[in-house]
Amino acid sequence: MRRIISILMENEPGALSRVVGLFSQRGYNIESLTVAPTNDNTLSRLTLTTTGNDRVIEQITKQLNKLVEVVKLVDLTEGAHIERELMLIKLKATGAQRAEIKRTADIFRGQIVDVTSSVYTVQLAGTSDKLDAFIESVGEASILEVVRTGVSGIARGDKVLAL
Amino acid sequence: MELLSGAEMIVRALKDEGVETIFGYPGGAVLHIYDALFQQKGITHVLVRHEQAAAHAADGFSRASGKVGVVLATSGPGATNTVTGIATAYMDSIPMVIITGQVQTDWIGNDAFQETDIVGVTRPIVKHSFMVKRTEDIPATIKKAFYLASTGRPGPVLVDIPKDLTSPALTYEYSYPAKVKMRSYNVVTKGHSGQIKKAVDLMMTAKRPVIYSGGGVVQGNASHLLTDLVHKLGFPCTNTLMGLGALSGEDKQFIGMLGMHGTYEANMAMHHADLILAIGVRFDDRVTNHTSKFCPNAKIIHIDVDPASISKNVAVDIPIVGPVDQVLAEMLEQLEKTDERNDKAALDAWWKQIDAWRAYHGLRYETKPDILKPQQVIESLWRVTNGEAIITSDVGQHQMFAAQFYKFKRPRQWINSGGLGTMGFGLPAAMGCLVACPDATVACVTGEGSIQMNIQELATCLQYRFPVKIINVNNQSLGMVRQWQDMQYQGRHSSSTYEESLPDFIKLTEAYGHVGIKVTKPDELEDAMKEAFSLKDRLVFMDIYVDPSEHVYPMQIKDGSMRDMWLNKSERT
Ligand SMILES: Cc1ncc(C[n+]2csc(CCOP(=O)(O)OP(=O)(O)O)c2C)c(N)n1
Ligand SMILES: [Mg+2]
Repeated sequence: MRRIISILMENEPGALSRVVGLFSQRGYNIESLTVAPTNDNTLSRLTLTTTGNDRVIEQITKQLNKLVEVVKLVDLTEGAHIERELMLIKLKATGAQRAEIKRTADIFRGQIVDVTSSVYTVQLAGTSDKLDAFIESVGEASILEVVRTGVSGIARGDKVLAL
Repeated sequence: MELLSGAEMIVRALKDEGVETIFGYPGGAVLHIYDALFQQKGITHVLVRHEQAAAHAADGFSRASGKVGVVLATSGPGATNTVTGIATAYMDSIPMVIITGQVQTDWIGNDAFQETDIVGVTRPIVKHSFMVKRTEDIPATIKKAFYLASTGRPGPVLVDIPKDLTSPALTYEYSYPAKVKMRSYNVVTKGHSGQIKKAVDLMMTAKRPVIYSGGGVVQGNASHLLTDLVHKLGFPCTNTLMGLGALSGEDKQFIGMLGMHGTYEANMAMHHADLILAIGVRFDDRVTNHTSKFCPNAKIIHIDVDPASISKNVAVDIPIVGPVDQVLAEMLEQLEKTDERNDKAALDAWWKQIDAWRAYHGLRYETKPDILKPQQVIESLWRVTNGEAIITSDVGQHQMFAAQFYKFKRPRQWINSGGLGTMGFGLPAAMGCLVACPDATVACVTGEGSIQMNIQELATCLQYRFPVKIINVNNQSLGMVRQWQDMQYQGRHSSSTYEESLPDFIKLTEAYGHVGIKVTKPDELEDAMKEAFSLKDRLVFMDIYVDPSEHVYPMQIKDGSMRDMWLNKSERT
């Protein structure tokens, strides 16, 4: 099962490599990973998506918790949560394609953020599934370049991951 | 406040930590530190002959004393030479601080002479590591390193210090922090009382209980509590390779080591148990055999300070996360209060069964008139040392025979690399034991393969007068490898023998300035052993020739359950 694990850790050099190292060392897989400092710049927030059965996920969270620089973590998929990923996608846009891409972007609530005579760059935010669906709709043939940030997420309601 | 250079700060911080001896080897990046060491009293530096040995010696020191062992090595090759020693300590949760020199700050990343990213290299084998960025941070970093190494589940911590930070030209105010506070590191100090209660209730209903205890009891200084618990409950107790001595090997309720080369009775009891009380263990694959077949009818209670150890390999019914000593103390208290008692008839029947298993096999082996069996060597060692010596071991058949046949009376008496299985550990570890316990008798049980992996330490032993008694169980082969080749590769001894290349260990020992005694016949053994141990102040190398064809039994059969064992070359369960 796919999980989103959100980690609050010390904003120190080497901390990220310990998290990433742990995954390769113990044979866990990382599907995506994002990291940036928080409002408190001594802390970084790292979100990663991984897959595994309950036992594997339990081990992953325990092992992550053991890392000295990890302050707190939560498996967002255990409760209601919001997940978002940002994609910038460069598409061939000539002739009839231009209108078609514009329409598709509108349906997905994407924005065209850069334009040339033959290229549209679309910005799209949403769940990973939604980004996948957009890619499928525009079709492989028109895609020039895709860049995705990886998932970040936050719990719904009053729950917060903070000190 | 005093003004100190970075190098002086390191030495002072070690003193403030209560360190008296460190193990190391000099080189460019640590020369400032060595100069500071030269100009002080209070810390003794043991100059090893290879940095791997410094790490094993610090490790042996820690295992024998319970204190944090300290290693000092230079950048690049000095640092990388410690890697096997760090991994060895990591696998067995041994508290250790490794200080490495690094090239000067502005050279880092330039592939400078003797530059290695040792923090990167060791990342998967340390509990934590630091790269110091400012001289002023040295005291607080060393304080944190000791704190992390010794609390919670202990382990090695590496501190990498660039050379410019230790320069005598720059001095700063020194003060050693009294306390450490790290918001991201909190150790459990107490087990959950409700869980302990549940465990006690379950224990009282058990008809076929076994206590399975390990290195965590030794490391957690809970051996006396384990012993009380075992006696109070009347349950049989088995120890892992790492846990030997936590319950005396002479205790009536001790049923021997369990696992791959465990006793018949311990493995049978585990398999048939209805309750397993696991204390400070990690359900290692060398214990459980195939986990899906592990103890099919048992409920499992697991006490450990590391939550990640719980349900990692085997799912447990009642987890208790906490320091083993605190949890056992509370468990004993709760037992004192409860009115519940075990079904006595059931427990008696269980003991009868266990005694029958004991009688059925035990650790039988056959002797020959003309050649020694390795088991005889260990039995003689045990007799001659009255079972009191600190025994370090290398890795191989000799290690298993030592574990099976030396009856350890107390914790920290048996010092071996259980998790990593590091050949070359025994001799340097013995040096560390002698630093920790200068008056103890320390013997290193080794093989002619293992001893050659750190044989250079014979020189260190002369320099510092470490009177280690080396018991070289010489089977003229990499015996454990050979055993597997006999059992799984139709006896094709691929690279497990040396043809005619074995050195004359006696001459070698004498060249290093020590005493060598060679034993080739069974009837020479006991007197030779006595002679060796009568030379209290000397290192004695006993080169004892044994039957190369001997195998270690019992031996669990791969992918089976705990009770699936070879009992000798032709008989299996
Ligand atoms: C550093 C290292 N290399 C290889 C091994 C694999 N290994 C395990 S036991 C063994 C043979 C050890 O031979 P010896 O020290 O003579 O002991 P014996 O088994 O003969 O008693 C080997 C090669 C190891 N454990 N450690
Ligand atoms: Mg050998």
